[in-house]
Amino acid sequence: MKQSKGKFITPEIFSQAVKESFIKLNPRYMVKNPVMFVVELGFFITLLLSFFPSIIEANSEHLRTYNIIVCVVLFVTVLFANFAEAVAEGRGKAQAASLKKTQKDTKARLLNEDGTESLINSSELKKGDIVMVSAGEVIPNDGEVMEGIASVDESAITGESAPVVRESGGDFCSVTGGTTVVSDWLKIRITSEPGNSFLDRMIALVEGASRKKTPNEIALNTLLVSLTIIFMIVIVALYPISGYSGVVLPISTLIALAVCLIPTTIGGLLSAIGIAGMDRVTRFNVIAMSGKAVEACGDVDTMILDKTGTITYGNRLAADFLPVKGVDKQKLIRVSMTASVFDETPEGKSTLDLGKQLGYNIPDIKTKNIIEFSAQTRMSGVDLENGTKIRKGSSDAIIQYIKEMGGSIPENLKKLVDEVATLGGTPLTVCCDDCILGVIYLKDTVKPGMKERFERLRAIGIKTIMCTGDNPLTAATIASEAGVDDFIAECKPEDKIDVIKREQAKGKIVAMTGDGTNDAPALAQANVGLAMNSGTTAAKEAANMVDLDSDPTKILEVVEIGKQMLITRGSLTTFSVANDIAKYFAIIPAMFMVAIPQLSVMNIMSLASPYSAILSALIFNAIIIPCLIPLAMRGVKYRPMSSNRMLIRNLLVYGLGGIITPFVGIKIIDLLIHPLLSLLGL
Amino acid sequence: MFQIIVTLMIYMLLVIPMGIYLYHVATNKHTFADPVFDRVDRFIYRLGGIDPQKGMGWKKYVMSLIVMNAVMVFIGYLILRIQALPIFNPNGIGAMEPTLSFNTIISFITNTNLQHYSGESGLSYLSQMMVIIFLMFTSAASGYAACVAFVRGLAGKEKDMGNFYVDLVRIITRILLPLSIIVGLFLVWQGVPQNLNANVTVNTIEGNMQDIAMGPIAALESIKHLGTNGGGFLGANSATPLENPTILSNIAELYSMMILPGACVIMFGNMVRNRKKQEKDNTKPKRCLFGSEGRTVFAAMGIMFLIGVFVCYFAEKAGNPALGQAGLSQSMGSMEGKEVRFGIGQSALFTTTTTSFTTGTVNNMHDTLTPIGGMIPLLHMMLNLVFGGKGVGLMNMIMYVILTVFICGLMIGRTPEYLGKKIEGKEMKLTALCIIIHPLLILSFTALAVGTQAGMEGITNPGFHGLSQVLYEYASSAANNGSGFEGLADNTYFWNITTGLAMFFGRYLSIIIQMAIAGSLMKKRFVNETIGTLRTDTKTFTIALVLIVYIFAALTFFPVLSLGPVAEHLTLWN
Repeated sequence: MKQSKGKFITPEIFSQAVKESFIKLNPRYMVKNPVMFVVELGFFITLLLSFFPSIIEANSEHLRTYNIIVCVVLFVTVLFANFAEAVAEGRGKAQAASLKKTQKDTKARLLNEDGTESLINSSELKKGDIVMVSAGEVIPNDGEVMEGIASVDESAITGESAPVVRESGGDFCSVTGGTTVVSDWLKIRITSEPGNSFLDRMIALVEGASRKKTPNEIALNTLLVSLTIIFMIVIVALYPISGYSGVVLPISTLIALAVCLIPTTIGGLLSAIGIAGMDRVTRFNVIAMSGKAVEACGDVDTMILDKTGTITYGNRLAADFLPVKGVDKQKLIRVSMTASVFDETPEGKSTLDLGKQLGYNIPDIKTKNIIEFSAQTRMSGVDLENGTKIRKGSSDAIIQYIKEMGGSIPENLKKLVDEVATLGGTPLTVCCDDCILGVIYLKDTVKPGMKERFERLRAIGIKTIMCTGDNPLTAATIASEAGVDDFIAECKPEDKIDVIKREQAKGKIVAMTGDGTNDAPALAQANVGLAMNSGTTAAKEAANMVDLDSDPTKILEVVEIGKQMLITRGSLTTFSVANDIAKYFAIIPAMFMVAIPQLSVMNIMSLASPYSAILSALIFNAIIIPCLIPLAMRGVKYRPMSSNRMLIRNLLVYGLGGIITPFVGIKIIDLLIHPLLSLLGL
Repeated sequence: MFQIIVTLMIYMLLVIPMGIYLYHVATNKHTFADPVFDRVDRFIYRLGGIDPQKGMGWKKYVMSLIVMNAVMVFIGYLILRIQALPIFNPNGIGAMEPTLSFNTIISFITNTNLQHYSGESGLSYLSQMMVIIFLMFTSAASGYAACVAFVRGLAGKEKDMGNFYVDLVRIITRILLPLSIIVGLFLVWQGVPQNLNANVTVNTIEGNMQDIAMGPIAALESIKHLGTNGGGFLGANSATPLENPTILSNIAELYSMMILPGACVIMFGNMVRNRKKQEKDNTKPKRCLFGSEGRTVFAAMGIMFLIGVFVCYFAEKAGNPALGQAGLSQSMGSMEGKEVRFGIGQSALFTTTTTSFTTGTVNNMHDTLTPIGGMIPLLHMMLNLVFGGKGVGLMNMIMYVILTVFICGLMIGRTPEYLGKKIEGKEMKLTALCIIIHPLLILSFTALAVGTQAGMEGITNPGFHGLSQVLYEYASSAANNGSGFEGLADNTYFWNITTGLAMFFGRYLSIIIQMAIAGSLMKKRFVNETIGTLRTDTKTFTIALVLIVYIFAALTFFPVLSLGPVAEHLTLWN
């Protein structure tokens, strides 16, 4: 994982979060989190009782002191929960701030209808405006290329330093605001309103401004609310019932019991877990359009992956040299290597590597001119000092080049090229001056580690389907090499949507990656669609996640993050509920021990006094929230294993752990606070 | 101890074939008795204008159930009020008082059978037959019908929930009637009266005069247990020799009340299982005992039941130290309020069974159980899902299964699903609502009773035991169990009305909500099952389910239980 490790909280985030946690005390805000709202209500009541202890009940000796302590602990409990949420938001904001840096206010050259140009601020641009951007200038807003072809540095968004080619029409016509044109020029039609560009929306999402509760979060919230209601019924009923038994319970004690029993731990951390989950995805340079999408990731059953770029490097690594009739293979190898000396692309490097493997040294050459690959010429090469011109490139481009020079085309070139294509490879034609020497067979290579990854996916029940335009034979070879479960050969974009629909009809949740406009319908149809940032606007709009690094394999990690988020929620819920057992054993005997001495047998933790027992449970309940913040932020550790084993493991850690931890914690707190309480006379 | 184990082992042998038979009846599959019953059923359908092919959605199904129940309530109430008429009334019983009639009719239509009257002095034979026995059949059948429809919804094989009237008829004709005739005859053989004669007054050997109750006791007794009803013909219920004369009749009654709720779980397992099997291979489904999903639920219920039985048994066996000090030997255990012919073993088993299977019949007086021994029946009614009665227990258990699935599903990183259907916000909302109802009814009415003068007047034993009595009364009402702790002066306006309301809401609100959940799940698409899916048919899941039930359902009642039975126990043993 490329995820930034390091501390999960910085001093800035901390101080901001402290401030935020007070602001969030506003009841209008708190009411959105019913569990913590109940705690806040308890705080208000105990606050009132601290000032006027005898307003509801008969004043006893230490009632005021006791009320004040309960009141303070409740206040801290609410603060802790707010703090958890604020920290999660703070981390998101820090992330957003770094994105915002790219969104400098730039000048834009607006192309007026009469053809003249006027210079305006990019923030004044409207949808539909047409702008000119030349080399060195920043693209002012999201748009589509109308004319021109240029290489664009998108490192501001993607972090990838190699520039990408953008041209009108096809899959490479969309540009993102904030990126820089490094060569040539582009005429761009702006496609988004100011303040609503892709980047803006991303930032808003990351900041959590437009965060909506996810379906599962809503369902879990329902459960927490119902638990809260049940415990409120228990507490309200307990008042007359204990009265019948001759026990008069102070209001503060009832409130303390209520707060201890309702699931405050998960209630306080629930929204933080959601925000942190989104944040983890963002740190991974994937922007999820909604938390729902991340959640759906956890359920993915089938993953549809493009072969090229995702599973393999694409047809890029040299595998063989195929000379045309009448040319010595040695010569072809030597010339090919010469052509590749200054070629930094994988094609060039692998040609050199292959030559070295075959026993040739890297030629020592004196160059006059280095011709780099460009989108227009589709070839690269070198001009040597002795006047020899060596080129390698797509066979169409080379044939054109040779024809212009008046050279002849070898008769079996076409056969060689076709042969390579049939094998699923890419032919790279090599020529020296005006004669074609042969073809470099660029073979598709499966990325290292893919097999293990698919293994991992299989272990958690995810089926992988590879889509490729290759013929069935080649597809089958790659499929077995990569270890995918299934493949679709000669796949057209329409086929993808059919596959998705077929899988969905079986009740499966489907994830896919894509970048082209023709992928858009499939991306929309899939339950989880991950679009590449390098892809078209249509694809990005249709998808529910966008990968800024345009690395299709990331979907695998996103799935794991989605699962991790759900596991964190489930585990903390279990922990929170399991805690109740110990809290009961701390508070119930404490409540009744004085009036019914027999019940002191139930004080199995042998807590020092009723007051200290109740307060220990309440304090434990409060401090467990900040203790679990790191876990909520990082998420529960996730390792692929069978569902049953994972269930047993998490039940032991969070279920059994949740039963035992509070017994220990409450006892320790009791030992610590009892002397203090004695000083206060409690 | 040995007795209990043997009895339960034989039960396992009986319940499995019964469950498979129930499954065949519920799914319209072939059974050996079809040639006879098909004709009977067709005749009834024609008479009632029922089209057996016509399915119902969950709303229509529930409406049919409620309307039919309402009609029966109306007729039953009328009969109770006019029972003084000399029709089948050899003992000259007078009309029943309005609030008691309300309580009684609600009690029997909801299958609770809480009795604030004594049968021998409160009901004419006409009422016993046309109100009590009649409702014992129909209320039990209503519950089973709801359960069958609920399971159909969960299984999701069909487009609708089935036809309520058809289910009702089939359950009565094919299950309840034949079984109750067999059990009834068995009880007559064991000496239970079955006649329409007036009570007999005899001279006892001590020279006193005594009335011996007569009437259609065996007929009532058989359906009382089979339908997990529980209301006795006589005030002392199955503790009297007239209702339950021998150890054999006791075991027969025990099995009668246990067999159908257990069989229901097996039916569920089979109904749910079939879908999976059919999908996997299109071969004819093999004969199966439980169905893996049914096994999980059965095991979880079984574990809780066994824990209950043994705690109750050992608590009773330990005897009562206060009586021990008074010089009464406790070597046999606490025999106060128990029948010598049943002893501790059969009494503890019967007590746990009657409250777990929400029957409510008693063969010993629960009021005189030791505090912990009495806490077990109380707790099992508070859970209301340890098998439970008339199919409703299964439905309640499924609520907790959904809850467990939700929490465990999250813990393995999947949004929760059960039986191939996603559990989402809507189902969780309904499940949560359903789970709230039970503690709400029990605790708020208990609080009301101990907080008001009218309620306090009913408490005959003040102190911890009094609280247990009150809790027991409302737990029994809300769980539609019907057994009484007794010792409560409960035939007053306050008790008649509050327990009536608890019974009413406890029954119908739950059924409506549960049917809504099944209806909502039925419409959902099946989701795919992979190794990443939470398996709900494993031992781990069973244990998780038991823990969730104890933590969610039992802990809710922990404070009141510690003020009632626990405090009483600690006082007694101090």
